[in-house]
Amino acid sequence: MLQINLFASLREELGERTLKLTPPESVSTVNQLIEHLIELHGESWRLLQDETRVLVAVNQSVVGRTSSIVDAEEVAFFPPMTGG
Amino acid sequence: MITVTAEDFDIAKLYERLRQESNNAGAIATFTGLVREFYEPPADSEEPKVLSLTLEHYPGMTEKALGSIVAQASQRWDVLACELVHRVGELKAGDQIVYVGVASTHRGDAFEAAQFIMDYLKSRAPFWKKQNTTAGEHWVEAREIDETALKRWQKP
Repeated sequence: MLQINLFASLREELGERTLKLTPPESVSTVNQLIEHLIELHGESWRLLQDETRVLVAVNQSVVGRTSSIVDAEEVAFFPPMTGG
Repeated sequence: MITVTAEDFDIAKLYERLRQESNNAGAIATFTGLVREFYEPPADSEEPKVLSLTLEHYPGMTEKALGSIVAQASQRWDVLACELVHRVGELKAGDQIVYVGVASTHRGDAFEAAQFIMDYLKSRAPFWKKQNTTAGEHWVEAREIDETALKRWQKP
């Protein structure tokens, strides 16, 4: 079971904070997961493809779009960080 | 020690803890970040004022990311002890938001390590600020200047 977390403006825009799902075996990268989420939840989720607005973390580490999600427990999507 | 908390902090206590934690330190550099009343300097009296700031974060990843930033600073400079506090939740203009204190043998390392930690946590730790202003609410956009600040630390 994979947990998807959304934060800040993405959480508000997509109206979800956390989702749990078991992706099909054909879904093995971040890019494929985003396609899968668009199929499940609709076109509004296509905004996750925008690499300037959306960062991705797999198991709490920021990764690129071609990174593997195989055996991941958590995938998070969030806007560029604004701490400090 | 790394602390992510909704509570305010006492810089005198944090400074004292740094003194206790570090052996033979010759310098302690500290930085405190505050919530500003105006995001940009007001051009005129119509400029919206910041009433409050809400900080969202990614529990778990936040502590990991901050730990990794402090570890990188410790590899690069002589860091005898470090105290890092970042607040989350709702803060008001003038409130303390972040604290970094570094104890070192010499001042150069203390200053640089503290500045490195601050520069990295601005855009490499999962915090997001939402401003509630007199003109409404909005998420703070990441700024180019914060990315530029990181470049000076990149080794050739």
